[in-house]
Order: sequence, then structure tokens, then C-alpha cells
Amino acid sequence: MNVSVWAIAVIPIAAGILLALIPSYRVGAIGNVLASGLTFATSLSFLAMPPVVEDYVILDSLNTFFVVLNTLVGFTTSAFSASYIGHEIETGRLTPLFVRFYHAMFQAMMAAMNIALLANNIGVMWVGLELATLITVVMVGIYRTPNALEAAWKYFILGIVGISLAFFGTILVYLAGQGVLGEGLPAMTWSKLLASAPKLDAALLNLAFIFLLVGYGTKVGLAPLHAWLPDAHAEGPTPISAVLSGLLLNVALFALLRFKMLIAAHPGALKPGPIMITIGLLSLIFAAFMLYQRRDIKRLFAYSSIEHMGLITFAFGMGGPLANFAGLLHMVMHSLTKSAIFFAVGHVAQAKGTQQLSGIRGLSVTNPGLAVGLAFGVIAISGLPPFGAFMSEFLILSSTFAREPLLALAAAFGLLVALGALLLRLQNILFGAPTGPHHKVSASSLPWMVHLSLVLVAGLYLPAAVIAWFQKAAELLG
Amino acid sequence: MTLALDVAPVMVAYDVAHFLAGMMLVASFMLLYQDRIFAVLNTFAAQAMLLALAVAWQGYVHHHPDLFITAAMAFGLKGIVIPLALNRMVVRLGIHRDVDQAVNVASSMFLGLGLTSLALLLVLKVTPGASSFTREGLALALAVILLGFLMMITRRNAVTQIVGFMSIENGLILAATGARGMPLVVEVSVAFSVLIALFVFAVFVFRIRERFDSVEIEYLDRVRGDRRVQGDGR
Repeated sequence: MNVSVWAIAVIPIAAGILLALIPSYRVGAIGNVLASGLTFATSLSFLAMPPVVEDYVILDSLNTFFVVLNTLVGFTTSAFSASYIGHEIETGRLTPLFVRFYHAMFQAMMAAMNIALLANNIGVMWVGLELATLITVVMVGIYRTPNALEAAWKYFILGIVGISLAFFGTILVYLAGQGVLGEGLPAMTWSKLLASAPKLDAALLNLAFIFLLVGYGTKVGLAPLHAWLPDAHAEGPTPISAVLSGLLLNVALFALLRFKMLIAAHPGALKPGPIMITIGLLSLIFAAFMLYQRRDIKRLFAYSSIEHMGLITFAFGMGGPLANFAGLLHMVMHSLTKSAIFFAVGHVAQAKGTQQLSGIRGLSVTNPGLAVGLAFGVIAISGLPPFGAFMSEFLILSSTFAREPLLALAAAFGLLVALGALLLRLQNILFGAPTGPHHKVSASSLPWMVHLSLVLVAGLYLPAAVIAWFQKAAELLG
Repeated sequence: MTLALDVAPVMVAYDVAHFLAGMMLVASFMLLYQDRIFAVLNTFAAQAMLLALAVAWQGYVHHHPDLFITAAMAFGLKGIVIPLALNRMVVRLGIHRDVDQAVNVASSMFLGLGLTSLALLLVLKVTPGASSFTREGLALALAVILLGFLMMITRRNAVTQIVGFMSIENGLILAATGARGMPLVVEVSVAFSVLIALFVFAVFVFRIRERFDSVEIEYLDRVRGDRRVQGDGR
């Protein structure tokens, strides 16, 4: 029983309950930041810890990496949310009561995601993801406008479908494990399932993987099942968009990766690689073209998230130490950059009073500070040097090119299409003739600065210790 | 324990388990064509009670007393409390009238039959190794789940969509208990998540009511239609 592993789930739960009791929204916002900071600090202690494998909890180099990323972005998002929410209260879009609810739910969502990441029991992992999904549904609908309700409803229905399919897949995995490990807990324990993977029933595993891929794939936002994602990003509060893109998609993909490892360890089962490559490429290219038609700034970046999740799924589908390494690196770069972009976009939308791209022009004249943040963010996310995403995308493409040149060309094509769309939009946003009304916002630029400097540093120089850590995680993925 | 002694009880146990799971499937088909909200709620309550019986029977036959807890929760919450709560909500919101169907009854029945055969073929094909108890129960459970999806698609009313969602959950619990010895943790958490989901739904229905004076999902579609005309987003 390891205290700090449990603390990572207990701190946010306790904080959530406390925040629900604090009436003042200012104190609540500070409490939210403090609790998220404390969780992040606890997660840093994982770095120095040996692997933990218990009945319900597992800590290996793969999920250590996810937990640290999760809590870091949770921490910076809570700092951004404090300045964002203040403005929402001033303009009357949210009442203090709703903000109290919002802060409690924010912590509950962080707890649910950490539980999903640390669970060694595939049932508990599912529960964590389901809870996180339901909480984000409520958060997306928090503005209670017709559009927000419609987005939340769509998210709810698609989320339920995905999550039910994933649960059925989980039952099938249990059935496959039952034949070898016997009835009860061991057949639901991921580490034990993995250890005896070659002996499991191949047909059951195959069917289970299809259900899990479609189920968790819906949550990742992979192409035919992505319909909820742009709406949910566009209509909810911007800190939630940042958390959805930067964290929840990652956690869902992490769950999928756990099962991919399981099925890949069975020589007679189907090969997950080609399926993931196909779905990944489809999402990447589809989303890249969809970027051109977007008129809403948050939808634009939501589609960009689909594109990047597609690329990451593609990289993990290719597999092998190098592609896995690149996939993990790209996951970090995408999380950090995309949440930084949403931090900037949140304040931009507040300053301009609209999310419509047609109403957001000439930002370099009206809000130079925000313009710089947004510009760097978009340059970083489109995979241009010297930012980290350039390096990870380059690694993905070059490692693919060595093995399957045609696939690498297809992926490169998708990336270039997306690059064009993003730069085109960025130019209008920054240098078009200034339009519309203009409100003053007291934006805190620290959160996005932290993220972008991390991404910049990663693009210029990755310390050897970080590389070794990523390599260990990549090896686990096989 | 000798085989000869076990054969007769096993056959009976097998028949009863299949009868109950089969009845749940019948209830799923009934949910597809009921056109009054109260009838839908009653059918759902009946399905939940059948689920409770099926789960309790599994617990009795396989000597898993913890399944009785699951059965009691299914009976109390889904068989009684939730249908009553929805009933009250329907009365209070004044929406007890006929339910719109997006697809006519005949075609939704045929779709349902297709999905059921799909579930049977799929599960029976890939599980030759498992005991027939498990595999046929699993096939029926998958059919209940797929019919729940169908109901969520063909129904245009928020309350009937909640029922569709909960009948999916019924199918999931049937599948989970059919897989012998799956730890209680899972069932407890499923029940828990159903509660939370119901809460979420309830909040929504009230908000939709508050905004549109109706719980027809079509109102939401109309909103989306307007937005398309204004040309935001897509």
C-alpha cells in the first residue's frame, strides 16, 4: 500500500468536497489552484518511486508519465480558470453558485482521470473514464444556452454509446482471462492478464478489442465517432475545452493502449497495428480538410485535436521503439500546446465577445499580448520548428518512412493540409482589419507561457534523463 | 460430487436462466413499439425486475451470495425507485401523451430482429470454449444492449431516451453477471454510475423543459437547424 499513489486520487476528491462547501468564488478559485498544485507535487514524487503493482493499483513508467502530464496540465488549467471564471462572473454568464459547482466538479474530474490512469483493475479503469465523461457532460452544459444544451446532449448520447461498448469489451476480456486465471479478481487485473496473455482465448480477445477500440475510440475522438468533440469543445467553458483536449482524450487513448498491449502480447490474436493505422490516418486527413470550413475559433482547434489524436494513434499503430517514443512525445507536445492555445483563445473570445472567426480580426492591434501567445501556440501546433511538435512529428514521419514510405507520405499530406488551414486562419486573426467591439480582459499570461516555454525547450533540447524515461515507457508499449 | 447427480439440476438451472434472459429480450422488443410514455416506463420496470430475478438466480445456482446484492439493487432502484421517479417527473412536466417514433414500428421490429441475430451469430461464433451457460447468456445480453441502442436512435423524446439508456445498462449487468465470478466491485460501480447518469439526465430534462417548454429532442434539432442557417461553426 503506497500512500502517495492513493493520495493522487484522494486529494482531488477531498478538495472537491471542500470546494463544494465554500461559498465565495474567489476563495474557491484559489482553493482549486492549491489543490491542483498539491496533486501535481504529489505526482512528482512518482518519479523517484520504484514500480508498484497491487491488486487495484499499478504504477509503471508508462502511466507515471501520463499521471505527471495529467496533473501538470490540471494545475496550469486551474490557474487559467481562476482568471477566466472571474470574467465570466463579471459579465454574468455564470452565477457564483454555478462557479462553486464548477470548482467541485473540476476536482472530481481530475480524481476520476487519475483513477483511470492508475487502475490495475480493468473495471475500475472503466469506471474512472465513465465518471470523467459524465462530469464533463455536465460541465459542457453549464452555460445552459440552447447550443450548450445541444452540445452536452450529443456528447452524452455518443459518450454513453462508447462507454457501454467499452464495458462489453471489458467483460469479454474478463471472460478470456477467466479460462486461464480462474474466476474472480485476478482475471480483471491488468498486470496478471498481461503476464498470461499468450494463453488467453484468441477469438474472445479479438472480439473484445473491436468493442474496446470502438468504445474508447469514441472518447479519443477518432474519425467516424468524433461528432461530439467539436460541439463539446465549442460550447463549454474554455478551461474545460483545454482539459478535454489536453487530458481526457489522452486518458481514453491510454486505456486503449493498455488493451493494445494485451492483444499484441498474444501471437494468435489479430494484429491491432493495421487497424489503428487506418483509423488514425482517416482521422488525421479528414480533420485536416475539415479545418478549412470552420467559422468558430474553438471548433477550429477542436478539429485540430482530432487531427493530432489521429496522428498519435497512427504512431502507436506503427509500433516499435522509435514510433512509440515519437507517439508519446507528440502526446505531451499536443497536450501542452493545445491547452496553451485554449488558454489564449479563452481570453481572446472574452476580449472580442464572440467565438466567430469573422469577429476576431486584427488581434495584433487590439490585444498584442494575446496575439503573441496565440501566434506562438498555432505555430507550435502546426508542427513548425523550433517547437517540440516539429520534432515529434518529424520522428513519426521519418520512422514510418523507413518502414512504410507510402503511409508516411499519406500522413505528411494530412499534416501539410492542416498546416495550411491553421496558418491561413492565423493570418486573418492577427493581421485582418480589426472588427467588432472590444472588451478589456485581465488575462493572466503565465499558464500559456509556462506551457509554450516547455514545448520550446523540448524542441531545442531534450535532457538525457527525459529521453531515457520516454524510452522505458515506449519499450513497455512494445 | 458426481456428474450424474448434477445433470438434472444443471438442466433446470440452465432453462430458468435462459427463460429470464429471453424474457428480458422480449421486454426490449416491447420497448421498441410502446407508444405511450407510461407503458414504456412500466415495460422498463418489468425488464429491471426480470434482470433482478436473473441475477438472483445466477447467484443461487453458482453459490455467489454477493450477486444477491446486485439483484436487490436492480430490483429496488431500477425496478421501483427510478420508474416511479420518472413517472412523477412525466406527470409534473405534463408530457404524458403519445411518443413520436422516428422509424415506424414494422421497420424498427425488423431492425431489432436483425440486431438480435447479429448478436447471436457473433457471440456464439467466437466463444466455443466458454460454457454454454455463459455464451448464450452473453449473446442474449448483447442483443438487449443493441436493442437499447436502437431505442435511443428511434425515439425522439428525452424520457424514452433515458429508458433506452437504462435498458442498455440492464443488458450490461446481465452480461457482467453471466460472466461467472466477475468481482462485485464492478456491479456496484455500474449501479453507481447509473445513478449519476440518471442525475445528469434529470438535470438536463429540467433544463430543456425550462428553455423550450418541451422535452422533445426535436427542439434541440431545431436549434441546431437555426444555427446552421446563421452559419456558425459549419
